[in-house]
Amino acid sequence: MTALLEVDGISKSFSGLRALENVSFRVPEGSIIGLIGPNGAGKTTCFNVIAGVSRADAGEVRLAGARIDGWRPDQVCRAGIGRTFQLVKPFAGLSVMENVLVGALNACSSVRAAKARAGDIIEQLGLAEKRGAVAAALTLPERKRLEVARALATGPRLLMLDEVMAGLRPTETDHMVALFRTLNANLGLTILLIEHVMRAVMALSSGLIVLNHGQVIAAGPPAEVTGDPAVLECYLGEEAL
Amino acid sequence: MIPLLTDGVPRRGLKLLAAFSVALLAAPLVASDYLLTVLILVLYFAYVGQAWNIMMGFAGQLSLGHALYVGLGAYAAAALYVHFGVGPWLGLWVAMASAAAAGATIGFLAFRFGVGGVYFAILTIAFAEFARIGFDHWSWLGGSAGLFLPVANYGGNDILTLRGSPTMFYYVMLAMTASAFVLCHVLLRSRIGYYWLAIRESADAAQALGIDIFRCKMVAVVVSAAMTSLGGVLFAFYYNNLFPEQVFHISRSIELILGPIIGGIGTLVGPIVGAFLLTTLAETLSEIMRAVGIDLPGIKQVFYGFCLLGVVMFLPDGVWPPLGRWLGLGREEGDRGSGEGKR
Ligand SMILES: Nc1ncnc2c1ncn2[C@@H]1O[C@H](COP(=O)(O)OP(=O)(O)OP(=O)(O)O)[C@@H](O)[C@H]1O
Ligand SMILES: [Mg+2]
Repeated sequence: MTALLEVDGISKSFSGLRALENVSFRVPEGSIIGLIGPNGAGKTTCFNVIAGVSRADAGEVRLAGARIDGWRPDQVCRAGIGRTFQLVKPFAGLSVMENVLVGALNACSSVRAAKARAGDIIEQLGLAEKRGAVAAALTLPERKRLEVARALATGPRLLMLDEVMAGLRPTETDHMVALFRTLNANLGLTILLIEHVMRAVMALSSGLIVLNHGQVIAAGPPAEVTGDPAVLECYLGEEAL
Repeated sequence: MIPLLTDGVPRRGLKLLAAFSVALLAAPLVASDYLLTVLILVLYFAYVGQAWNIMMGFAGQLSLGHALYVGLGAYAAAALYVHFGVGPWLGLWVAMASAAAAGATIGFLAFRFGVGGVYFAILTIAFAEFARIGFDHWSWLGGSAGLFLPVANYGGNDILTLRGSPTMFYYVMLAMTASAFVLCHVLLRSRIGYYWLAIRESADAAQALGIDIFRCKMVAVVVSAAMTSLGGVLFAFYYNNLFPEQVFHISRSIELILGPIIGGIGTLVGPIVGAFLLTTLAETLSEIMRAVGIDLPGIKQVFYGFCLLGVVMFLPDGVWPPLGRWLGLGREEGDRGSGEGKR
């Protein structure tokens, strides 16, 4: 498998605090990869570097072989990476439809086509009943789904999800898991997801990357990684033991 | 074209709009001279308010220096007319170009270097102030002594040189206000309109969805500035005199934004409703004061202050959103929407 995303030796410090240290990993085309690790490990920072929100102090990011580090977030999005925010950022005063429409405009050449696309995606995410509601009126789980819908609407090759299942009920989690599976199988959408809900991570991922204190401490097939003593100690410990 | 304009607008809204348009078209037939001058003022504020609303209401960029664009438009067209005999219909292109260039300069400085919010607003004030002081010393444009357009001996209405009666100005202003309304309506349903709303709501999220926020904000300033300058052109030819101290003064910038704030920031109808309410009420107040023989300078400003206070406290979305709902019209596209269960 060829790598769609390659992260090569990125480091990032925030005024002395080393959030990422020489992080490297690859996300193969068509795969679903889980990025896990304890709180403050640097997962979101890693997303922000890939998405162009923050600039790495060192290292390279490549999408389908082309360097994208140093690009602005909108350029990264147009290159084919859609991302959600851990702290959701809905367009609060706009309706659900308008929120998703804005994302769909990235993938469509006309507003009319974007409206149709947005309508389909709203349907897929189970937000059809809320399409006319302003985003400010949504519950947190609904906002998480809206966040996914918007990112998906941009028509990405790689979808990066930052804890979109946190706070969802088990049935809602199952629904999301099924959706991502379908998208992956039908559209060949590559997914990189940060997730603490291990049930979802294990159900989806074909590979795991574990971050701790800004460093990759393990990477590989899920069964292997979750058996790794270092991982057990720093992250999965309490639950597994 | 027509479906593009009427799509998604409730029938009731179209009917009301039609009735309102007829009333405005017929107004000069019944209105007294005085009432007509008030209506011209109303339309002027509705027009420039609409233009300002593109920046603040749509794209979320607070400009407190829009008098700059009014002034540049007014001076550009007036100077061409006074010095070279160039009529306003040619002059307006120079007016728009000057204002657009000024807007682009401010926008570039602010948006390139990440100046936002309050600092951006201060920058817009600063530029308007520079212009005020600069024009005060620019003798070719009359400096502080003012620039005057020849008013004598026009026979009837000459639309080409904009010399004529208030009725003529009324219809020109009405055409401009109507065009601005239609333009904003179309913009709001276009790609750039949705991009502006997205940036207004969350610049980070907008950028993550592929929107070049620098470019979109630049477009907003340039369009808003150019539109505003046309108001200035009309202002110059209507009043026939320009003083930097007056046209560029910060109170002019403030006056201009009260309409959309009171009517409803970010709505299409808000700037019009706001201009109607404010201007007619303020004029009525001055009339009453005059009738009872009380002369209180600054009473208008105090009145504006109270209006603003009332809206901020009781109608934070402005007058139009609740009024529109009361009239049975749904949520307008781009309406900021305050949340609670609105569908
Ligand atoms: N903009 C910033 N400025 C300063 N420090 C930051 C910034 N962003 C992140 N950090 C720090 O970098 C470290 C990594 O944070 P990050 O948000 O990437 O962790 P995370 O793995 O996503 O954690 P969580 O699971 O809690 O979301 C933390 O110590 C955090 O405080
Ligand atoms: Mg995080």
